[in-house]
Amino acid sequence: MPPVIPRERSESREPATPPSGGTTESGPRGAKRVRRPASGTGAWAVAGWTLATALPLAFLFVFFLWPVLSLVATGFTDDGRPDFGAVPEVFGAPRTWRVIGQTLLQAGLAAALAVVLGVPAAYVLYKLEFPGRTLLHGLMTVPFVLPTVVVGVAFSALFGPAGPLEWMGLDRTLTVLVLALVFPNVAVVARTVGSFWARLDDSSAMAARVMGAGRIRAWLTVTLPALAPALASAAALVFLFCSTSFGIVLILGGREFSNVETEIYRLTVQFLDLRGAAVLSLAQFVIVGATLVVSARLRRAGERAVELREDAPREKRPGLADLPAIFVFSLTALLLHAVPLLTLVLRSLRDGGGGWTIAHYAVLVRPPAELPLDAPVAHAIGLSIRIAAVAAAIALLLGMLIALVLSRKPRAPGLRRAQGLFDGLVMLPLGVSAVTLGFGLLITMHRPLGLGFDLRTSAVLIPVAQALVALPLVVRILLPVLRGIDERIRFAAATLGATPVTVLATIDLPLLGRSAGLALGFSFAASLGEFGATSFLVRPGAQTLPVAVGELIGHQAPGSYGAGLAAAVVLGTLTAVIMLVAERLRVDGRWGGRGAQRQGELF
Amino acid sequence: MTPAATSTFAARARRAAAPLVALTAVCGLALTGCSGSAPGDAPVETDTVTLVVHDSFPNEEFAEAASTATGYDVEVISAGDGGELTNKLVLTAGAPIADAFFGVDNIFASRLVENDVALAYRPAEFPESGIPYAILEGEQADAGFALTPVDHGATCINIDPAWFAEQGLAEPATYEDLAKPEYQGLTALLDPTASSTGASFLVGTVAAFGEDGFADYWKSLTDNGARIEQGWSDAYYGQFTQGCEGGTKPIVVSYASSPAFTVNEDATESSTRALLDTCTRQVEYAGVLKGAANEAGAKAVVDYLVSHEFQQTIPDAMYMSPVDASVEMPEAWAKFAPEPAADQTHDLAPDEIERGREGWLKTLGDTIGL
Repeated sequence: MPPVIPRERSESREPATPPSGGTTESGPRGAKRVRRPASGTGAWAVAGWTLATALPLAFLFVFFLWPVLSLVATGFTDDGRPDFGAVPEVFGAPRTWRVIGQTLLQAGLAAALAVVLGVPAAYVLYKLEFPGRTLLHGLMTVPFVLPTVVVGVAFSALFGPAGPLEWMGLDRTLTVLVLALVFPNVAVVARTVGSFWARLDDSSAMAARVMGAGRIRAWLTVTLPALAPALASAAALVFLFCSTSFGIVLILGGREFSNVETEIYRLTVQFLDLRGAAVLSLAQFVIVGATLVVSARLRRAGERAVELREDAPREKRPGLADLPAIFVFSLTALLLHAVPLLTLVLRSLRDGGGGWTIAHYAVLVRPPAELPLDAPVAHAIGLSIRIAAVAAAIALLLGMLIALVLSRKPRAPGLRRAQGLFDGLVMLPLGVSAVTLGFGLLITMHRPLGLGFDLRTSAVLIPVAQALVALPLVVRILLPVLRGIDERIRFAAATLGATPVTVLATIDLPLLGRSAGLALGFSFAASLGEFGATSFLVRPGAQTLPVAVGELIGHQAPGSYGAGLAAAVVLGTLTAVIMLVAERLRVDGRWGGRGAQRQGELF
Repeated sequence: MTPAATSTFAARARRAAAPLVALTAVCGLALTGCSGSAPGDAPVETDTVTLVVHDSFPNEEFAEAASTATGYDVEVISAGDGGELTNKLVLTAGAPIADAFFGVDNIFASRLVENDVALAYRPAEFPESGIPYAILEGEQADAGFALTPVDHGATCINIDPAWFAEQGLAEPATYEDLAKPEYQGLTALLDPTASSTGASFLVGTVAAFGEDGFADYWKSLTDNGARIEQGWSDAYYGQFTQGCEGGTKPIVVSYASSPAFTVNEDATESSTRALLDTCTRQVEYAGVLKGAANEAGAKAVVDYLVSHEFQQTIPDAMYMSPVDASVEMPEAWAKFAPEPAADQTHDLAPDEIERGREGWLKTLGDTIGL
């Protein structure tokens, strides 16, 4: 197969606006010796790129690496001396290996199932044309950004005693745990694979059909191998998410199905066993690091191995032959997604005696004193939205800088390697335990960097922590767009005299703008639902919605649990609305438009 | 390249950027709004006191009342459940996140004492009735308090009497009863490694059966079909017959005070009952943190916590009994949720708990696979 050279749209193929002045020293010098832009602007360019790299790096170092490493270091020092005695001790314990085994098993099963269910979803959502498709796109993403507390509660309400599916006898089994892990991740596979599939040139498959291969055979022998890199990359991501899953495993898994993440939580929060937790954190680093390496390999392979078209072919109307895919997709959407969410909604509308009531919702508006709510839930919503907006703004700004830096293709091998490391560093917050981050921030943010105030009890730290969690998502959304730009266009612009700033402003930024809406929506929704890191930060009077849900559900006051369910429904609805808006913003950066520019999908 | 094409491109670029600019502006506004209202990042002033509490504390109300009572500007921050709060205080010992704390119970109290987190202090107006609950700094009865007790309660097995009446089954009364075959599959317990209420119940079984016998007792419970939930709400609202629609377990680990909240509308009857022979005492402590920026203010807040004014609010706001015995308890409590007698509970001293806890959990893990 020839290496892919994405064909840009005709307009963007046009070289950018001619320079309206300024230094045009590097005019056309012939195709073979394209030089980097003018030396006069070169210094500025170097300064600009340095700044674009340094700013996110500084953010990650101060708010992520420093706290996390500090906490891990606490576990490896004894009275100021390094002490690695915990390593053999922890790895000598059979429980450690059981926990690591469970982590790999759960994540592996969930990744496999998510791929099996995600492929039909990708087909239906990205290859077929039908009314309500955009709505489904948005709805499919809701499970991905729902807080894990809510997912855990919904699944235990469904399969647990007195749940509508109790008769299946699956309560407290690995099956339910894996289903709950798959619940948010089908969307990841559908998006990753779907956006790739939509741009896949299907002439080879056509050819196979013409030569007499049946539909299934053509799909299995031509399309499936072409999709393989995207499938593998999606599977690796799901594996990453599931191997670090916290809330779902804690609620549904208990001690029996503990993974490394929940074990770190128990060791830290219940036992204050920082030595054990530090060793397990290292084990988690290894698992996450290995997954990231594999996933990066697969993604790169996917980026160049297959023939892609810039414009997706027109999607077809669903036909008879599409029925199996539609069937599987409907079952997934119905049984895996709709039923747990409906159970949650129904339970929030029932009183203790089995009657229907909206009392739980009324309580949210006018909370009685005995509920652990500082203020009406509307207040928590307002606060959550403000905090999430700040977090999304931080994540989007840094994410754009990071995406721009990562999208360049430096020629020096050293720079390329550094770029790869940077990429890994940016993804790392996805794989580090929220407890480790939360407690790490606690021990480092007391007058950090000689600043005169205590960041630990400041509400500022919450959006910072949420931005850290959202940042990898933003980068993965924006990066493919920029990487999709043909480097020759930038060269062409430069040879025609455009300054690097002009190149950025006329080529990169407009394309970035198209996906920024989706990225912003995603990071906004992810921040809104973020529970882990937020719940570990101390906060003055700052009760975000997910934290309120968590506190309500665990409180003794009568009606508190019901109010917690109702608050969870409110949170889910809010998230759904935001994702639907973001989904509308996605296409061409314009409301309502339906173009074919599908590069800016998730991952 | 035609001018037309160029302008189209530029126009597209503008269109594409428009929502982005708008959204960024919105976020920017939100950013200034948020940082403007964010408390805590102002330099510490002497008239501000920060109290760090566990999750189920009435923050706002307390802040208002305490500010009025003490003359300080009291700020309350939540730091997770009892265990999480304790560990945060230990991790930040010396450079505390607040001036005073409240809400560490006897399961974790010794951890604070051993790590030298709190300043010894004894409120001048401390009620006599609370002294038996205090952790003393020295041997003498009038010594300073290592930690100041504020309220107490008990973890007990709760049952659904109506369920037993309907089944024609005698109600259980003791720990041993729960392991009998007639009560097979009827009990919801709490994982002591995940829930402080569960840990409290574990302490009770260690007190009752000894360090050598408690694990066998737990084994007999799980062999008898007891279900172990992760948190109190999972057990009470997820499993208990009186906790939720369709619950299937009429026996659950909860609190002595729980029956006060299951009374009927006329307040003549409660649908649940606590088994007073299966209780473990819980005491919640407050204290002044070492290295507090405002030590005097912290002491004033601790004084307020044990004052009659605040003690009165404890039953309704926190489901605990105040250490001040002169506080009149709500009627429903006296009637339906009596405290177990002092010699009836199964207790261990805080330092015994701190020494043994990890080992017991490990033993339990080896015995019943928790």
